[in-house]
Amino acid sequence: MKLRYFAWVRERIGLAEEEADPPAEILTIADLIGWLTTRGEAYAHAFENAATIRASIDKAHARHDAAIAGAREIGFFPPMTGG
Amino acid sequence: MTPVISIQREPFDVAAEIAYLTAGRSDIGAVVTFSGLCRSEEDRLAALELEHYPGMAEEELGRVAAMAAERWPLKGLTVIHRHGLIKPGEDIVLVIACSSHRRAAFEAADFLMDFLKTSAPFWKKEHLVDGSSGAWVEAKEADDEAAARWIATGAVKAAD
Repeated sequence: MKLRYFAWVRERIGLAEEEADPPAEILTIADLIGWLTTRGEAYAHAFENAATIRASIDKAHARHDAAIAGAREIGFFPPMTGG
Repeated sequence: MTPVISIQREPFDVAAEIAYLTAGRSDIGAVVTFSGLCRSEEDRLAALELEHYPGMAEEELGRVAAMAAERWPLKGLTVIHRHGLIKPGEDIVLVIACSSHRRAAFEAADFLMDFLKTSAPFWKKEHLVDGSSGAWVEAKEADDEAAARWIATGAVKAAD
């Protein structure tokens, strides 16, 4: 699946997007955040306050308990500040 | 009624956008426009940089516009959101709601802005007048509360 990062999540990780192949036991957005934080300091910094991070599955908002099975693209970003 | 949705780098022309919705129509009695502009925050900011999630931003604006069209008897609706570097005094966002009578247009425009702020994937980064890159603008709790009140009053239904 493709992971996409925006705003300060993108800056902290240092990537706008990447391909990822999480292990089978990673079932939800929350699991994926937990798995990503083990990939190094940049990820740990980006997700240090996991509850504030918003996520999307295939360009639709998704809660942290949403299942990621079959997802093609998952986005992570801070709360929106448009308008 | 198909809403006009645009995410664009270029400035927009409010008069032209109103004319597009009202041209040749005799059933529209009310046009409400909301423009959101970039502030200098007491001369602290040189610009705001608007980042968005391409694809998802269009989807979300379309979804919120459809909610408004379902809830109020609108005759026309436009939502334009800019991205890129926007200087103080320049436009960021435009909502135009048209209806037969004013109440629907006022309420729909108000609703659209409240929901857009909390659900459309846009983020603002400050660029300071001294040339340095400032902080990302933080989401306000007041914006969440403003969006929640539409659900609390039963004006619209909560998403899942």
